[in-house]
Amino acid sequence: MKFVDEFRDADLIRRAAREIHKLATKDRTYRIMEICGGHTHSIFRFGLADLLPENVELIHGPGCPVCVLPKGRMDEGLEMAEDPNVILTTFGDMMRVPGSKGSPLESKARGVSVRMVYSPLDALKIAKENPEREVIFFAIGFETTAPSTALTLRQARAQGISNFAVYCNHVLVMPALRALLDDPAMRLDAFIGPGHVSTVIGCRPYEFIARDYRRPVVISGFEPSDLLQSIVMILRQLNAEEPSIENQYRRSVPQEGNRAALAVMEEVFEVRDTFEWRGLGLIPKSAMKLREAYAPWDAEARVGIKGLRVLDPEGAQCGEVLTGRTKPHECRLFGHDCTPETPVGALMVSSEGACAAQYRYGRRPNALT
Amino acid sequence: MCLAIPGQIHEVLAAENLAVVDVLGVRRQIGTDLLLDDPPVKGDWVLVHVGFAMSKISEKDAQEQIELLRMLGEAAESRDEVSSSAQDPQAEPDDATDSRGEPTP
Repeated sequence: MKFVDEFRDADLIRRAAREIHKLATKDRTYRIMEICGGHTHSIFRFGLADLLPENVELIHGPGCPVCVLPKGRMDEGLEMAEDPNVILTTFGDMMRVPGSKGSPLESKARGVSVRMVYSPLDALKIAKENPEREVIFFAIGFETTAPSTALTLRQARAQGISNFAVYCNHVLVMPALRALLDDPAMRLDAFIGPGHVSTVIGCRPYEFIARDYRRPVVISGFEPSDLLQSIVMILRQLNAEEPSIENQYRRSVPQEGNRAALAVMEEVFEVRDTFEWRGLGLIPKSAMKLREAYAPWDAEARVGIKGLRVLDPEGAQCGEVLTGRTKPHECRLFGHDCTPETPVGALMVSSEGACAAQYRYGRRPNALT
Repeated sequence: MCLAIPGQIHEVLAAENLAVVDVLGVRRQIGTDLLLDDPPVKGDWVLVHVGFAMSKISEKDAQEQIELLRMLGEAAESRDEVSSSAQDPQAEPDDATDSRGEPTP
């Protein structure tokens, strides 16, 4: 119990694990998807799967924004940076994600202006400091991150900064979940809901999952005890056959979400007709773009986007892993052709990607026992 | 990138919706636009995500989450990320001051 003992709440963890063993009736399996990449990382790091009975399985969901960004969008973003007048800015997680012609980091090594930023505000600052250059922020992320991009755009507009633009790749959690639930091949019994996304959107948007699809959702915090407690809550719901939306992460997630964040997203963004997700394909109304009022700051409107679609490299099973059909280590490329040092797919790059987490922590036997 | 990092409000700036926070020993300016319903004061703990405070949290939760980041081996990484503009060789010199929390106009 080495890793458990590191925790103040080791007792809580043991009690939750015992409760899970008690609740998991032997005559059925429980397939639970954690949606959020942060949860995936926590689960692998602390070897939580080893604490669960064999018939309780965790499936790693599509909640890593870097991982679901399709290659075509990456290629088009990097194409923008080829213009010598452009400075392309993006989050650190994106720097090593391979496009068809290399990663942002490799573009940078060739002398292309690509800069890593921590915040979209940093990108706006670079624009102010370089008025003769075009500064494009390559925006990715779910509802957690989109309000920050929206607030930055609002500032750019208010301050009349015309050499700043956003290449918007913000995606929405709910349409992706609906696509997973509508897939006849999918066998999911319940969801562990994302913590920080829910801080923004609240608990209401999940209600259709319990009502229409009869699947429980428990919004969870990130600590091992949070995740195990959420699994206890899910098993109770499944055993009682009374699916509902529960909030284990009450200390951070208000029922109604964050009013200011929802308002600024509504002001700046509108929903796209459709958007491609790596592994899931085109999903209707699953992403955001800038509203007409923000067209002067929309990199897509400025340069024109071809809508490129690029297939994953041959042999890579990123899509199957993202939808829970294949375990990371079952992919033909895992650990040989695709490693964190030589990633073929984005799942091996981001620390929130299931493959990187499995590579880093997964092969340690029984971390928690 | 998705993890939000706990930070403590060091100073609320006179400029609209700005504050300086201590995040794992790094001081930096953040936006507080998302805390409109409950504006922060010096000493408050907030969850910081890509340069904006997302929500207020208790000191106990903040300490627990910092501990979690340490155990995830991400404390150093998160700190680097927060001050990343200072470490980018292409960055402008005043980026470095920014990450130390000097308020910019």
